[in-house]
Amino acid sequence: MDTNQYLDIFIDESNENLQKINDGLLDLEKDPNNLEFIEVIFRAAHTLKGMSATMGYEDLANLTHQMEDVLDLVRHEQLSVSPELLDVLLAAVEKLEDMVGDISNGGEGKTPVQDVLDQLKAIETGESIAPVQPTDTDQKQTSLSLDTFEETVIDQAKSDGLHTYHIQVLLADDCLLKAARVYMVFEILEKEGEIIKSVPNVEVLEDEAFDNQFEVVFVTETDRQELTDKIMKVSEIKQVAIQDVNRSHANEEKEREESSKKTEDHPSEKKPEHPEQSSANRKSASTKTIRVNIDRLDALMNLFEELVIDRGRLEQIAHELGHADLTGTVERMARISGDLQNIILNMRMVPIEQVFNRFPRMVRQLTRELDKDIELEIQGAETELDRTVIDEIGDPLVHLIRNALDHGIESPEDREKQGKSRQGNVLLKAYHSGNHVFVEISDDGQGINREKVLQKAIANQVVTSEQGNQLTDRQINELILASGFSTADSISDISGRGVGLDVVKNTIESLGGSIEITSEPGEGTTFSIQLPLTLSIISVMLSMVGKEIYAVPLSSIIETAIVKKADIQTVQGQRMMDFRETVIPLIYLREVLDVPTSEVPDEYESIIVVRKGEKIAGLVVDSLIGQQEIVLKNLGNYLTDVFAISGATILGDGEVALIVDVHSLIK
Amino acid sequence: MSEEVREMKVIVFRLGDEEYGVPINYVGSIERMLEITRIPNTPAFIKGVINLRGVVTPVIDLRERFGMESASYSNRTRMITVHIEEKEVAMIVDEANDVVDLKEDDVEDPPEVIGSVDTDYVRGVAKLQDRLLILLNLEQVLSNEEMSQLSVVDA
Repeated sequence: MDTNQYLDIFIDESNENLQKINDGLLDLEKDPNNLEFIEVIFRAAHTLKGMSATMGYEDLANLTHQMEDVLDLVRHEQLSVSPELLDVLLAAVEKLEDMVGDISNGGEGKTPVQDVLDQLKAIETGESIAPVQPTDTDQKQTSLSLDTFEETVIDQAKSDGLHTYHIQVLLADDCLLKAARVYMVFEILEKEGEIIKSVPNVEVLEDEAFDNQFEVVFVTETDRQELTDKIMKVSEIKQVAIQDVNRSHANEEKEREESSKKTEDHPSEKKPEHPEQSSANRKSASTKTIRVNIDRLDALMNLFEELVIDRGRLEQIAHELGHADLTGTVERMARISGDLQNIILNMRMVPIEQVFNRFPRMVRQLTRELDKDIELEIQGAETELDRTVIDEIGDPLVHLIRNALDHGIESPEDREKQGKSRQGNVLLKAYHSGNHVFVEISDDGQGINREKVLQKAIANQVVTSEQGNQLTDRQINELILASGFSTADSISDISGRGVGLDVVKNTIESLGGSIEITSEPGEGTTFSIQLPLTLSIISVMLSMVGKEIYAVPLSSIIETAIVKKADIQTVQGQRMMDFRETVIPLIYLREVLDVPTSEVPDEYESIIVVRKGEKIAGLVVDSLIGQQEIVLKNLGNYLTDVFAISGATILGDGEVALIVDVHSLIK
Repeated sequence: MSEEVREMKVIVFRLGDEEYGVPINYVGSIERMLEITRIPNTPAFIKGVINLRGVVTPVIDLRERFGMESASYSNRTRMITVHIEEKEVAMIVDEANDVVDLKEDDVEDPPEVIGSVDTDYVRGVAKLQDRLLILLNLEQVLSNEEMSQLSVVDA
């Protein structure tokens, strides 16, 4: 049940990835030689594999793993793309979709996959492909299977003295409006009792996506004959068959079902303790949250900000007029819009816990598979991050943790030989610092073997040997993030074929973040991810420099000060000032930002004292305007990497003000 | 060069004495001059950013982009907002007041020497009766490569 809270995320993300695979395969069909598509499909399959393994859906993971193997061959041009290959891959995707669909309907995501698996294996080993067998899901759906919740309802009905019927309705062959007939039958039934289950399900029936027959399980007081008569009154019904359902019968059915699914070799998921409750939970899993495009939230925020600007004007006007009713109304409006702002902001902020929570289980599982002894410690799970970042950061972290477990931590025996404790430790830590959130993954494993990395990089043509000789240790560490690189000697289920880490790097960079690796041979490796707090509304201090207005994020500011020019000293060309018994360097914004300014002789300087981690510096501005909440906007895709500027905002008068990037100013 | 053939509508604008065109499907809007906020440490042709109906949009001076002599802005100066490859940029031009229909046959490959603009930035030229229209290659005009080189130099 611990997976319940991210089940909906899993479903959403799986659907996205399946869509990617699907689109990719179709693109590939049009242009079989384009390896870019394979790359996309491969990555989506890889992610899907990781996620489903984490969530404990083995069939899903097995099938994607097999798909990956085949795709890997294609990727390395050992296998060419043929229509037959695509058929099998698409059939596999169809299976995957069925499974994910099953999961989102509260099921276990189990589907017989052996036939497709065999075909994929056949491809991998180079055998010719047998034609794709029609999936036997249809067949499965016509047989009756009841989940525990439904069984409970039937038991309940029985003890209440009600009948439970299994009704099979056959529509006339020439029936035109099947959905309408179904609807009429359902209407009759609903007057008489309660429909527990229908096969196929109601959506399918409504879409008329079935043959002439459907089945329902029905609890009622009415007896069989009367029911038959009533249903037969609906025209275009060919036949109605009603059977009693008793629990033992249902159980047998269920067991038969189970065994035909070939799931014996997988230990089944732990059975929920309270079937009824858990079933209800699972059913609602896909409706508890809705996914809203972040663009919409941005639009909402932009509109809201305009409202705030107008609210300010209104307050001003009300104040000037001194009209009691108007003032009262405006105050009320201000309170409401304050609440609204909180809601909008909270909608975007999510504790990273949501992402972190899935890791302990993943680590437990992997530890078993790898036969290692590893303890995962999590710190700072309550750290809040913008939803955009949360959505994206899950996959990179999965990759990094898998990497740490697989490559980082040594086996217990090796650890003992080196005088380490048998148990390896992985620390996952999140914290805020200034305008950024840091997420660190550290292990106390073997560290990066730089020699081996370099050899591999040269062998895989990531760098030439000449280049390799000139690399610093740090640069060598970073080679493991390069595309097409993997130091794993064998392909394992855990951390794959070097798709992992370069995806990690790309994802993080696309979020405007960066990743650093520090590693000591024999002592461990730390991956440190720095992410921007891409909050849409932040508090800033607005300040004038020349005639320009700059915003400094409040999160970086310690305090503001006004100092006499005479108190500023120059040490080796660096201007410094005293600040609370330490000497801090001063950064003149008008110089750094090249502001055209006519130096006004002034006895005092306005200083904004800012920090980056432990380092403190003073930003010298011309004057301070005041604190304000602003909407953070980026400079667009054309202007990337502008030095010392992290973004922009639109002020109340419609002008654009730039936001100072304190982090890049303090070195 | 002329992969977009058949008929197309082109927004015509003026830089000095020369007339240029961009296909209308790249163009978002044509604006009068708006208040520009300067962005420090960027190449000179990047004039800054504007508030384009709530979107912060970079502005480039096309004269300076092409290394032409800069001119002061008048009440005929316009900003043409274009979008390409997810980039949205406003280009300052001397004047923009015409839309023409071009046929595939009208467009020719650019000759070696044409007007004041580097041929890299030109997709083709079109003859319209007595007028010569230079069609811009916006991908090239708005390429970030040059940008990042320049910003490295500046930093």
